[in-house]
Amino acid sequence: MILVFCELKEGKIRKASLEALSEARRLSGDATVAALFVGASCAGAEEAAKYGADSIFKVEAPALGAYSSDLFAAVIAEAVKAKGGTALLGAATPLGKDVLPRVAAKLDAGYAAEVTCLAMVGPKLQAARPVYAGKAFATVDFNSEIQVASTRPNVFAAAECPKAGATETLPAPTLGFKAIVKEILAKGGGKQDLTEADVIVSGGRGLKEGENFKLLEALAEAIGGVVGASRAAVDAGWGIPHSMQVGQTGKVVSPTLYIACGISGAIQHVAGMSGSKVIVAINKDPEAPIFKLADYGIVGDLFEVVPELTKAAKALAITK
Amino acid sequence: MKILVALKQVPDTETKIKVAADGKSVDPADVKWITSPYDEYALEEGLRLKESKAAEVTAVSVGEEKAKDVLRNALALGADNAVLLKSTETGDPLAVAKILAAYAEGKGFDLVLFGNKGFGSDNGAVGAMVAELLGLSQANLVTKLELGEGTFRAEREGDGGTEVVEGSLPAVITAQRGLNEPRYASLKGIMAAKKKTIEELDGAAVSACMTVSALALPPARPEGRKLSGDAAAQAQALLGLLRDEAKVL
Repeated sequence: MILVFCELKEGKIRKASLEALSEARRLSGDATVAALFVGASCAGAEEAAKYGADSIFKVEAPALGAYSSDLFAAVIAEAVKAKGGTALLGAATPLGKDVLPRVAAKLDAGYAAEVTCLAMVGPKLQAARPVYAGKAFATVDFNSEIQVASTRPNVFAAAECPKAGATETLPAPTLGFKAIVKEILAKGGGKQDLTEADVIVSGGRGLKEGENFKLLEALAEAIGGVVGASRAAVDAGWGIPHSMQVGQTGKVVSPTLYIACGISGAIQHVAGMSGSKVIVAINKDPEAPIFKLADYGIVGDLFEVVPELTKAAKALAITK
Repeated sequence: MKILVALKQVPDTETKIKVAADGKSVDPADVKWITSPYDEYALEEGLRLKESKAAEVTAVSVGEEKAKDVLRNALALGADNAVLLKSTETGDPLAVAKILAAYAEGKGFDLVLFGNKGFGSDNGAVGAMVAELLGLSQANLVTKLELGEGTFRAEREGDGGTEVVEGSLPAVITAQRGLNEPRYASLKGIMAAKKKTIEELDGAAVSACMTVSALALPPARPEGRKLSGDAAAQAQALLGLLRDEAKVL
């Protein structure tokens, strides 16, 4: 049985979790797929049936209202053991990446992070995953009885495949926690994380100053995207936070559409975004290395092109 | 207070990765080896606690003989002790975590610091695994750390914002850029480090839960096309292509 640890956000299953669930369904054939939910309330978990869950396991307790890595890990590992799971998948979200390694250690299981391809070899998972920030891809085979993997968001398709979704509530934990999220500071609140974004509009040194990122924000808003930045822009002291940085020493992203504005395409940036499905480059310099990577290139002044794009997108009322 | 800082030796981030003849590892020719960038923030945090709280800082690395360079550098920067846990690369983060946990067990470390991921394998898993194996609390991707009496408060990069994690010590903390600004080694530090001993121990014998069976370079992207015309025409053309050809809007 493959268990999929799923996350809910505002009563809906996160898209990245649905992707992991769909992939588990695809891998399992006729075998059982179970979706596992953990929280103070798991309302909304039923939707998992639509995406291929034969069973839906819920662990609900007031103590699970705030995230604790050690408590969540204990709960998830217990569910895997109790239900005889042989593989555990979860999305490589901030929470997934935080808790799944801990679960793997508890289960004495191999763990592959941010996988982009999965297969079953006999009874065990095989995973392909980017290494060296995407400069290479590794195929990993598991030796452990139980296998754990986090799936990179936006890589696997979330496909409907209705199943029974028999819901079962598992016992609430009796343990305490060692560390817990006490509060979430407003900064950056509400915005989608770059690693999960479907569309990214990214700016580099060519933006000339932080204030000009407003142009990118306007475009991002018009096409339903999130704004990112190159290391050059973050390091320039324009007040662009590191959490926006795409690249080897920032976030590795894989959106459907990546629009690079005023970014030359240094190896360290490319490593973080070359997994994007479609790449657009807007740059004054026709020799910029980013054009080697771009599906569509515009040699031009981003200060003219980007506002035109925003205007045209608004006129077409494009929303993603 | 005792602090353990785990350091990993990795290829320089500017390195062009080439696959070795075995088809499953990196060709080490022309590779310049460095301390994994995020580990530098972990070490710096340890050194700052040494200065503010008189902590004793032990740098540890799991690796081969050449990883001593990373430890020597840590000594030059101010670490009190350095330990090499000799082991060959398996590609399994849990194996590394077990080796580290076996070493740290019972030594009374109050904090175990890591970079949030080792550049290269990119699993970002070893810190959390050590926390689990040793039964410690954890906070990952930490950009601010405050210690209380037997407790910690950490700000971390969470889901679309900054999360505040509070927990008990001992704890595993993995560092994110922004935690501090790492120092450079002084000439005096470098000279002093040459005289210090790096303790060499055999890493605990552990069996790997996984193995890397192949390593390949990503496929080259097909040649793209450049759009012509003035800004307005280019913008119109692009949106049309994104919608009708690429079908991403």
